[in-house]
Amino acid sequence: MSGPNTNYDPVEVSALDPEVVESNVTVALSAIAAANSLEELKDARLAHAGDKSPLALANREIGALPPTAKAEAGKRVGQARGRVGQAIKERQAELEAERDERILTEEAVDVTTATTLRRPVGGRHPVEMMQQLMVDLMVGMGWEVAEGPEVEAEWFVFDALNFDEDHPARQMQDTFYLDPADGGLVMRTHTSPVQARSMLERGVPLYIVAPGKAYRTDELDATHLPVFHQLEGLAVDKGITMAHLKGTLDHLATQLFGEGITTRLRPNYFPFTEPSAEMDLRCFVCRGEDPACRTCGGTGWIEWGGCGMVHENVLRACGVDPSEYSGFAFGMGVERALMFRTGASDMREMIEGDVRFDAQFGLEV
Amino acid sequence: MRVPIEWLREYVDVPAGATGLQVAADLVKIGLEEEAIHGGGITGPLVVGRVLTKEPEEQKNGKVINWCSVDVGDANGTGEPQGIVCGAHNFDAGDTVVVVLPGAVLPGGFAISARKTYGHLSAGMICAADELGLPDDGSHGIILLPQRLGVEASDLTPGQDALPLLGLDRETVEVNVTPDRGYCFSIRGVAREYGHSTGARFTDPVLDLNSRAPEANASGYPVRVDDDAPLRGNVGCDRYVARIVRGVDPAAPVPAWLSQAVTEAGMRSISLPVDITNYVMLGLGQPLHAFDLATLGEEIVVRRARAGEKITTLDDVERTLFAEDLLITDGGERPLAIAGVMGGAESEVSDTTSDILIEAAHFDPVSIARSARRHRLSSEASKRFERGVDPAIAAAAAQLAVDLLVEYGGGRVDDGVTDLDTVVPAAPIAFDPQQPTRLVGVSYTDDEVEATLTAVGCVVERVEGARWNVTAPSWRPDLTTGPDLVEEVARLRGYDQIPSILARPVAGRGLTASQRYRRTVANALAAQGLSEIISLPFVSDELHTKLRYGADDTRRSTVRLSNPLSDEAPLLRTSVLSTMLESLKRNIARGFKDVGLFELGLVVAGPAGTAPTERVGVHPTPEVLAAIRDAVPVQPRHVAWVMTGDGERKGWWGEGRSSDWSDAVATALGIGRVLGVQLEVAQADVAPFHPGRCAQIMLPDGSVIGHAGELHPKVLTTLGLPPRVVAGELDLDALSAFAERPGVAEPIATYPQAHSDVALVVDSGVTAAVVEDALHRGGGENLESLALFDIYEGEQVGEGKKSLAYRLFFRSPERTLTTEEVNVARDAAVREVDKAVGASLRGA
Repeated sequence: MSGPNTNYDPVEVSALDPEVVESNVTVALSAIAAANSLEELKDARLAHAGDKSPLALANREIGALPPTAKAEAGKRVGQARGRVGQAIKERQAELEAERDERILTEEAVDVTTATTLRRPVGGRHPVEMMQQLMVDLMVGMGWEVAEGPEVEAEWFVFDALNFDEDHPARQMQDTFYLDPADGGLVMRTHTSPVQARSMLERGVPLYIVAPGKAYRTDELDATHLPVFHQLEGLAVDKGITMAHLKGTLDHLATQLFGEGITTRLRPNYFPFTEPSAEMDLRCFVCRGEDPACRTCGGTGWIEWGGCGMVHENVLRACGVDPSEYSGFAFGMGVERALMFRTGASDMREMIEGDVRFDAQFGLEV
Repeated sequence: MRVPIEWLREYVDVPAGATGLQVAADLVKIGLEEEAIHGGGITGPLVVGRVLTKEPEEQKNGKVINWCSVDVGDANGTGEPQGIVCGAHNFDAGDTVVVVLPGAVLPGGFAISARKTYGHLSAGMICAADELGLPDDGSHGIILLPQRLGVEASDLTPGQDALPLLGLDRETVEVNVTPDRGYCFSIRGVAREYGHSTGARFTDPVLDLNSRAPEANASGYPVRVDDDAPLRGNVGCDRYVARIVRGVDPAAPVPAWLSQAVTEAGMRSISLPVDITNYVMLGLGQPLHAFDLATLGEEIVVRRARAGEKITTLDDVERTLFAEDLLITDGGERPLAIAGVMGGAESEVSDTTSDILIEAAHFDPVSIARSARRHRLSSEASKRFERGVDPAIAAAAAQLAVDLLVEYGGGRVDDGVTDLDTVVPAAPIAFDPQQPTRLVGVSYTDDEVEATLTAVGCVVERVEGARWNVTAPSWRPDLTTGPDLVEEVARLRGYDQIPSILARPVAGRGLTASQRYRRTVANALAAQGLSEIISLPFVSDELHTKLRYGADDTRRSTVRLSNPLSDEAPLLRTSVLSTMLESLKRNIARGFKDVGLFELGLVVAGPAGTAPTERVGVHPTPEVLAAIRDAVPVQPRHVAWVMTGDGERKGWWGEGRSSDWSDAVATALGIGRVLGVQLEVAQADVAPFHPGRCAQIMLPDGSVIGHAGELHPKVLTTLGLPPRVVAGELDLDALSAFAERPGVAEPIATYPQAHSDVALVVDSGVTAAVVEDALHRGGGENLESLALFDIYEGEQVGEGKKSLAYRLFFRSPERTLTTEEVNVARDAAVREVDKAVGASLRGA
């Protein structure tokens, strides 16, 4: 580096000559423009804007100029360096953009390979989901969910529900009895004992649904399970009529199976209801319009479950005064409802535990 | 109950041309559900044909077919012989056969049309019995009509309609009779209901028979009812009619109408006396018994059996009687029949019987039901008696049987008539005429209510402004209360009149916490890649042994089914996992090797007591109720899971990873976490787990709620499962009860986190849980979390030692921690471990 210039000699500082400066700028700009990669640009920057570059060296000479020349030279060199610096910045941005684009292109993958699953797919059991769907509809109307044990006292399963010990209806339940025979315990044949438990525990008025497992000594086949799920409903209040029963069933049917799918009541017999009815569902396939329909056999209706007005003996057994309160009850199979809703046709699939049965539905039915 | 429409017509005006389908639809409306329709599956033309020519033609495939021309009269519209190809050979030219012509439809919707076959235009079919849905008559092929019908060929005319000849125009509707409608186990009862449904006129056949039945007299056969132990206060037999017919021809043929009626109603035609008793039972609903009078010695005594007494019943089974059985005896000694259930072989009417005693009795439904159940003997008679037989028709039924035996058997009826009648008439029901409106939700007028009940057969005594006195008819023992009558009103007026009104419950509480938690847990497990299953909850002692439960393991004590579906699984499960392994095996057998399953369900977890029972309609005392509840074993809800194979699979992305014991434990912890509960883990050794790879899972209060880990290798080989299956099970009720409180929000600290690593050398037997516990104690409140990132056992730490390397994360809620502070806290944590289990820093 030159020392302070005490003897002014413009010839010695030719680096500050406007033409030289301009020429250095021109050389620098063309080198920058020629840089085709960030590495080349880095080299160009070192050569033309680095500490050892002509313009940097020229800048240092400014200090040695007499004060009168400093300003002009400083302005000239400053502008020159500014132009070079700007050019570098712009080229840098261009090259970075190019590089980024190239990398993104290089990183592209075949996204369709992601369909091969890394982990086994899980799922909820469709029967559980169907039960949940039915329960939620009832809860949405203000009903509550009640539950009870599956190994249950005969009193709750039969006596409280007006199944006389000598009545044929009690024999028709295909009951699993427990040892010892006089122990008074059975596997519940329906979820109806929860009716009795709820009336005793909560009193009335009462609006409950009781979902859960029920047990019958049916051999396993496409339409029978020895262990199946039932949804039982019970409403006990002042002024309850069969019309309320019909209204509630219609609502449930329409919500589960679609607009226009209502129910029909037909006389039937159950020990725990009087009057009693069988409930049929409007055929969701033909809607009663195809005499050759295979789903309903051309009748337009499909059997769905049993219902009726709670028998006075049931109310009495549970400590409810039938002269003050009346109630309705209904019960239907969840597996059957699932078959209606999804077209599942073989009940055995529901207890085999094959992972594919769940996988078709995920967490909803 | 099978109801032949032609028989139904005898008691009620069924419109001409009514099809089985229409009759069934009318009966369904009134509560008699259709089970099946028999017969009537054919629409014609089905005609008599006479074979004119039959030319066998051998085909290329070696089969011989017959090219026939058949005279079908004018039935084909031309009068020309019909050309038909027939593959059967059991007929010849000149034979009279059954021909189905184009346009007909055979059973199964099989439509007949003329078609080109074997080089001929075949216009119809010569029919075999099975093609018409008829039983074979021994011809094993084409029906030869004269032989089948037992007539001369000359009695049959070609072109004649063959449907009525073969009885194919008759239909039988089979209906399901509910247990309250015993009277519908008769054509009489169904006819009455058909009348209710359609308004058709019903004629009660009993009215005429009763008017002809003679009064009881002193010369009747001596009968005595001697019931010294009535059941529930009811004498076993409150009516006993006996009539005697002598000189019946044992060889008398059964008239065709009678055998047809009995057969169409679903019973076998056997002999004249047997068919007559069955006919009367099917027609009127009164079971009869026919005794061979020659085998009776003294008076008939109806009494209870003595324990150990024996009788050989009609089905040739020797049965030991129970003290409660009601018997028909000879002179009070020799048992002749189990009353109302089945007769004895000794007094049975045989092919030499000529003098017959007809019994038409009324027995107590409870007594018959219990006998039938005890002897596992459900007969046509017991089925009717236990549902209630009309006690007012005994004499009429006996009269009908007598009439038929005289007319078709050539018998003479005795003048003596026995009729012991102690039937107590039904008490009137005090009936509120507003009750139908109140319960059904349809406004019925008093007149409508009265008219409907009268139509049912009730005697209605109206009392203005008060309850009416309604007396049920003798055939409706099921009508005893107001609601019973309400159902009759609603049923006959039509259930389709009931409007649809949504019930408006009081506001509910929504799902309970435990109900919500169950969904949360199940959804989390499903999202983790496990599939929910529902397995059959039946197990066996053998399975418990295979699962290596010890002899005194409490999971061996559970309830036992007395009538299991399979003797191989008579117990209720005490573990959900125990019934899931079968499903796991099934999945593997179906080709899935990476499988994760879970299930939520109840298990038995406590002793069963003896639950009292109570009569129906009785509210038990608090003591009895408590005893009932206490007898029911505790049944908590468990969640269990099982995994095999890769939890993360091998693939184009690289190596996979099999699920191991730690995944099973992590699943348990995850279940706690989704419910906001920090579950704890300790070493355990519990079946069916690997003794060294079993974790017990604890609530923060230290109570054990389940186990997780790898299954014992022996369990896996015994059950035929692959190695290294991992599993776990938790008591979800216990977890839910603990979780049941709103979560508490802690402020989130925003100062920087600092971390420091320590490698602690401890004895090999020291568990990570113990070390972590000590680290947390010693690390102070700023120790935010820690992670075990390396485990080393080997030379560098020496025999019987291991090194556990942890990264400790520190953060203060108040300020940025200095390195100094972090080091101090770290050293304190390490000292605490040393104090607890003896530890040195590795490399120190």
